[in-house]
Amino acid sequence: MADLKRTVFFDLHVKLGAKMVPFAGYDMPVQYPMGVLKEHLHTRTAAGLFDVSHMGQVILRPKSGQYRDAALAFERLVPVDVAGLAEGRQRYAMFTNDAGGILDDLMFANRGDHLFVVVNAACKDQDIAYMRAHLSEVCDVIAVTDRALVALQGPAAEAALEALVPGAAAMKFMDVAILPWQGVDLWISRSGYTGEDGYEISVPEGQAVAFAEALLARPGVQPIGLGARDSLRLEAGMCLYGHDIDEGTSPVEGNLTWAVQKVRRTGGARAGGFPGDARILKELTDGPTRRRVGLRPEGRAPMREGTQVFAGPEGGAPIGTITSGGFGPSIEAPMAMAYLPAGLADGAVVYGEVRGKRLPAVVAPMPFHPTNYKR
Amino acid sequence: MKYTEDHEWLRVDGDVVVVGITEHAAEQLGDVVFVELPEVETVMAKGDDCAVIESVKAASDILAPVDGEIVEVNEKLVDNPGLVNTDPTGAAWFFKIKVDDLSVLDDYMDEDAYKELIG
Repeated sequence: MADLKRTVFFDLHVKLGAKMVPFAGYDMPVQYPMGVLKEHLHTRTAAGLFDVSHMGQVILRPKSGQYRDAALAFERLVPVDVAGLAEGRQRYAMFTNDAGGILDDLMFANRGDHLFVVVNAACKDQDIAYMRAHLSEVCDVIAVTDRALVALQGPAAEAALEALVPGAAAMKFMDVAILPWQGVDLWISRSGYTGEDGYEISVPEGQAVAFAEALLARPGVQPIGLGARDSLRLEAGMCLYGHDIDEGTSPVEGNLTWAVQKVRRTGGARAGGFPGDARILKELTDGPTRRRVGLRPEGRAPMREGTQVFAGPEGGAPIGTITSGGFGPSIEAPMAMAYLPAGLADGAVVYGEVRGKRLPAVVAPMPFHPTNYKR
Repeated sequence: MKYTEDHEWLRVDGDVVVVGITEHAAEQLGDVVFVELPEVETVMAKGDDCAVIESVKAASDILAPVDGEIVEVNEKLVDNPGLVNTDPTGAAWFFKIKVDDLSVLDDYMDEDAYKELIG
C-alpha cells in the first residue's frame, strides 16, 4: 500500500476521523465516524461533501480556438451529440470501443472555447493517452493535475454553496460556470452522483482544503465517504464503471440509450462515426439481447455483485448476473442492477441465488429513489 | 462472558450458551442491514455456518462456537438488524445453543484476553 496516492484532502480526512481504504490507486475515505447508513441519509436530507479528487480532469483546447472543432473531433470517440451542446452546459457520455463496448463513462462540458472532461479515476491514465492519440491533431489534451475536485450533494447544498459563492444558486441542473472564491476560479457544475441536487466543484489545490473547511462550516454540511457514495448512486440507478458497464457491455445493453442523441443515430445528421457504431446503431434499431435492469429483492437480504440470476426457483441455467447490489438506506430495502434477457418487463419475478438459496426479486424501474434535480 | 477469535461473545445461561457478536465486531462490520438466523432445533457442529449478518459493506457468517442444538433465536434482529450496532452485547443476542458439557467453553478467551486480541 506504500504507493497509494493521496488527494490534497488526506490530512483533513484523517482529522475528521475517516476510515481510509485503497480505491483506484488512492487512499480514500470509505466512511467517517457517522457511518455509511447515516452519511447516506444525511446527504438525502441535508448536504454531503465528497472528495472526488481522484477523478481525472482534462481540458480539450482546440488549436483553432473554435469549440466546434474540438467537439467534432471528440464525437469520433463518443456516440453523443457534442457539437450541439450549448455553451455553459454539461452532458454525460462514454468512450466506446470497436466492438461497441464501453471504455469509460464521463462528463463533458462546453466552456465556450474548449471542452472540460471529467473521467473515472481508475481509467484516467488510459483515457488521457487515448484522447492524446486520437485528438492531438485538433486539440491540446491537457491533464489538469493541480486542481482538486469535490462534490456537494443534497437539498442543503444550494444554500451552502451560494453563501460562499454568489451565483451558484442561479445555476440549473447540468449547467457549468466559472465563479470566483477568495481570488481563485472555481469550476462548478450543477450535477452529481447521488440523485440529489448539488454541485461538483474543481478548486485549485492550494485553496482546496480551506474551501472544503468553509463548506463544512455551513449548516447541514457533513463529510461523506465512498461507502455512502456507492449506496446513493445505486439508489439513483447510476452505473459504476467496471461493474455495471465495461468493455463487454454496449451503451444500449447498459440501458444508456438516453445518452445517445438522435443526431448520432441512424437517420441523424451526424449518425455513427464513433467506435463500435455498427453494433450500437443496430442495437438501437433492433434492440439488444440483454439489458441492464433494476431488481428489488423481496425480503431484506441484499443480493450482491456476482449473484447469479435464474428464471425460476429451481433448475435451469443462469439468465444473468447482478453487477451491483446492496441495501438502500433511503428505500429501506435491498436493491440491485443486473444484466437480464431483454423483454423482461417491470414486475417480472426472477430468482437470485444467495448462499445456495434462490430468493425472489422483482424487475423494477430505476431510479429506486426519486431524483431531486433543480431543472 | 467468554469470547471467540471470530469476535463472538458467549454467555452461559443454565445449560444453554447465548451467542452474539462483540462491540468491536459490530463496529468493524458497520451498519447491519440484514440478519439471517438458524432454525430452532437445528443441531450444529462447532464451526458450522449458523447465522448471516449483512452490513452496508459485506456479508459475514456467524459460526457455531460449540457443538449443540439451537433452542432459541432472536427474531427481533430480523425486523430490526440495527440492534446489532446499538446494543451488540445486550438486546442483539443471536441464538441460544444447548450444550452437553459446558467445559468446552474453557478453551475460549476471557474478557482480558479478548481485549488484548483486539488491541
